[in-house]
Amino acid sequence: MQTTILYIGRDTEITTVMNRLLNARPEWKGICVCTDEEAIEICQTHEIDLVLLGNGIDAACEKALRAKLTGLKPELKIIQHYGGGSGLLYGEIMTALS
Amino acid sequence: MSQFILHKENTRGHANHGWLDAHHSFSFANYYNPERMHFGVLRVLNDDSIDGGMGFGAHPHDNMEIITIPLAGAIAHKDSMGNSATIKNGEIQVMSAGTGVSHSEFNANANEQLNLLQIWLFPNKKNVTPRYDQQTLDVAARHNNFQQILSPNADDAGVWIHQDAWFSLGKFDAGFETEYKIKKAGNGVYAFIINGEVTINGQVLNKRDGLGIWDTDSISFKANTADAEVLLMDVPMELN
Repeated sequence: MQTTILYIGRDTEITTVMNRLLNARPEWKGICVCTDEEAIEICQTHEIDLVLLGNGIDAACEKALRAKLTGLKPELKIIQHYGGGSGLLYGEIMTALS
Repeated sequence: MSQFILHKENTRGHANHGWLDAHHSFSFANYYNPERMHFGVLRVLNDDSIDGGMGFGAHPHDNMEIITIPLAGAIAHKDSMGNSATIKNGEIQVMSAGTGVSHSEFNANANEQLNLLQIWLFPNKKNVTPRYDQQTLDVAARHNNFQQILSPNADDAGVWIHQDAWFSLGKFDAGFETEYKIKKAGNGVYAFIINGEVTINGQVLNKRDGLGIWDTDSISFKANTADAEVLLMDVPMELN
């Protein structure tokens, strides 16, 4: 069964890399966006299992985004992704899903 | 009462990609061990050996303090901030990835192996402006002394980062004993043995072993062999 992971980050280059990394594993389906509006729309139209918060999301936006996304799906797991690449990604996702 | 965790050299994660032979003290890339996720804010300690002329092409990072210490050979670094530099043994490089930076790292020499430690710390502030620095260290100053090579303060010895962390390197004569005082209450120390054999708080440690100690304000240290070389990483134990 595939785990659907939504990544939100402001940097387009990192978002492109994250899209490639998340979709490189058959057990994951990655959807990667740069804006909060896109993220909310994705959460309304897809069954998301995990949200990764990437770079450039300021504290106010993060608070609003977490409130909106958990309002749509209270059990949704939302974690911070650090490092912007493959180094920590697998461990972060495995820990969040375990 | 102090607490500790021991990571013996042969229990580290290992990935041999041919041109890159990597040992991971903590979970990294495809090495995942839930018992080895971090020591406080210390998240990555990679011991990489890279073949001549080989390396990592341009790739991005964000929100991480990345410290590179070459142990043998030299690294050719280029990044999206316009920095282009070579960092060799006896020097230290730091990059605050913050809102995002892209860089490449290659073995600067075609016919010489590069061995480096790459260390990632969680930052104490997210989305800072990316920055880069490197310094040449006075290697003689670490003889029988823990030489500070990194701190949170721009005007202190060594490079600085966005975290309440202090790194020290020392190279010791056999039989030399000292005490290291932890710089900030709540911090722990992760000792990584680069070479030789030492005893820290009664634990005998050998080359590439790691020992994390916390809930204490100091550690005792003794060098057991003439080539003992140690990196101490004094880091907050609480994640931000």
